Amino acid sequence: MKIAVCISNVPDTTTRIKTDASGQKIDLSGVQWILNPWDELALTRAIELKEQNVGMIDEIVVVMVAPSYGEATLRKALAVGADRAIRIDNDPADSYEAAFELASYFADQPADLIFTGIESADFNGSATGAMLSLLAGIRFMPGVSGVFLEGGQTIVHQEINGMSLRLKVSPPLILNVQKGIAIVPRIPAMRGIMAARTKPLTVLSPKKAGACAQVIAYESLPPKAAAKMIEEDNAAMLIEVLHNEAKVI
Amino acid sequence: MDFQFTEEQLMIKQAARDYAQRELWSDVIERDEKAIYPEKHVKALAELGFMGMMVSPEYDGGGMDTISYVLAMEEISKVDSSVSVIMSVNNSLVCWGLEAFGTEEQKQKYLRPLARGEKIGAFLLSEPEAGSDATSQHTTAVDMGDYYLLNGTKNWITNGNTASTYLVIAQTYPEKGHKGINALIVERHWEGISVGPHENKMGMRSSDTHSVMFTDVKVPKENRIGEEGFGFKFAMQTLDGGRIGIAAQAVGIAAGALELALKYAKERKAFGTEIINHQAIAFKLADMAVKVENARNLVLKAAWLKDQHKPYGVASAMAKLYAADIAMQVTTEAVQIHGGYGYVKEYHVERLMREAKLTQIYEGTSEVQHIVISRALAKGELLP
Ligand SMILES: Cc1cc2nc3c(=O)[nH]c(=O)nc-3n(C[C@H](O)[C@H](O)[C@H](O)COP(=O)(O)OP(=O)(O)OC[C@H]3O[C@@H](n4cnc5c(N)ncnc54)[C@H](O)[C@@H]3O)c2cc1C
Repeated sequence: MKIAVCISNVPDTTTRIKTDASGQKIDLSGVQWILNPWDELALTRAIELKEQNVGMIDEIVVVMVAPSYGEATLRKALAVGADRAIRIDNDPADSYEAAFELASYFADQPADLIFTGIESADFNGSATGAMLSLLAGIRFMPGVSGVFLEGGQTIVHQEINGMSLRLKVSPPLILNVQKGIAIVPRIPAMRGIMAARTKPLTVLSPKKAGACAQVIAYESLPPKAAAKMIEEDNAAMLIEVLHNEAKVI
Repeated sequence: MDFQFTEEQLMIKQAARDYAQRELWSDVIERDEKAIYPEKHVKALAELGFMGMMVSPEYDGGGMDTISYVLAMEEISKVDSSVSVIMSVNNSLVCWGLEAFGTEEQKQKYLRPLARGEKIGAFLLSEPEAGSDATSQHTTAVDMGDYYLLNGTKNWITNGNTASTYLVIAQTYPEKGHKGINALIVERHWEGISVGPHENKMGMRSSDTHSVMFTDVKVPKENRIGEEGFGFKFAMQTLDGGRIGIAAQAVGIAAGALELALKYAKERKAFGTEIINHQAIAFKLADMAVKVENARNLVLKAAWLKDQHKPYGVASAMAKLYAADIAMQVTTEAVQIHGGYGYVKEYHVERLMREAKLTQIYEGTSEVQHIVISRALAKGELLP
């Protein structure tokens, strides 16, 4: 079995996002890039599966659509335990473009299970996995909170309305993973960091779907006003504030 | 001049940070208070390769450079120096000493499991009556032909109870003074070894510090490190490198206190504004940041010299002296910025202050570092 994990390279979640002088681009200087947290958990689960099911998983490939500065993140994925890495050399304008590149890649290099994270921590579009499914013609499982290999079967867990659903599924499949897929992201070990030096990282040229939109400007929102606290037994005050200040009732 | 870290160095720093912030943070206060040995953390860090990270892969180590090591030491020490001192002794005293001066057989037998972190090592130099003056060793290793007979007491031994491998410094030929001293590899389970009670310390309370007593312990000759009489030189050279690790620990303690103080100063309000807007607090933070940066640069310079195989003894003394002193200053100010909250355990800074104090004492007191540096000055070694 072959597992592919689609990973995106995102600014560290504590980064203060600024735009450059044009106001049309994010200022990338000084940004610390990290492996998107959901993808990191997906990768962690893929590695756990490989370790727990000796001989069942032939390889774990990580695939990223990003400019060259994404490579540090790919090498971290290799250090954590992926077998090889693919970088498709494009700075995707939107989820569609990322999905388009991934779909062309998987048309050529199929995998049995393709993991995508539920969202990326930069634009939070939550769209790439589903778009990839349509573009590549591979079935899609949303909201996957667990994946197991049991007796040659692939078992997937989904959480729906407070229920846990256990499903037997047939690859090839895209698993859009969410909370629960793995608990603690893997930290790379020295051995892994050393091994990553010689693992292949291949750069592929992009197919370039092109952007459908152009940024006019990033504009900051007005700062949120401080919350107004009202005593719990003061309903009259609440009504008065909602009516006269917030003007919503 | 290049101030750029490599991608790997940054990856190691982040790995250490992730482990420290995620795992060590949650139980550090309890372990400190109850003086509980951090067994599960030592095991986890060993699995990640941090216990023998500079040892060559040939002997199962991580094969990383000294820069990576000090970055990792700093991150672990920001949260928990009880753990980082265990890491420091194993890496830069025990593993380094064995790899640099041990025979091939000694490396195969002792270094491998230590580098994997499956076993932990200890470095036994200090005695009840020989601390700064390490030449006056009372522990004796009498030459009995094919073995040494070891007798004496070692004090303040980090990993004293948990270590399986001891590197023991002992006097074989008292008439030769420090040139009659040997360094011996001793296994903890050998007959005639007893370990004293856990020291009830001011800080780094969860690392295990013990005295170790030797009574007629037979040490095979093949367990001597280097030539006959090499022991004192062995100890001094090993400590030169060890000091880089302790200096990095001191930087971590200071940097950890600064991170906490900065966060607190942005949240805590007094007189209608966050206290960081009061200049007295803001300038304190600025001074703390300059000190941390300065100390970090000294540590990185010493680590770089070691990686370049250039002399680093004086650089490591400078780094340790300065970093330990500013760790005391910065942690004291961090407590001050926290006000009353700084004086209770929950906010971590009082613990960092207690930990900082030890960095001025072990692996050569600040006074001893002054001696090392001033002697080099007197000899003209430090002139540009
Ligand atoms: C928690 C802990 C862990 C330790 N771990 C280890 C370990 O793993 N292995 C090990 O071998 N040792 C270890 N030590 C011992 C440590 O290295 C010694 O405590 C240290 O070297 C100082 O020795 P001392 O305590 O005998 O003090 P002393 O040498 O008695 O010094 C007392 C004071 O006199 C000063 N002084 C001494 N000589 C001079 C001089 N010539 N000029 C000016 N001032 C001087 C000192 O600086 C100090 O201020 C540890 C100590 C502690 C507290």
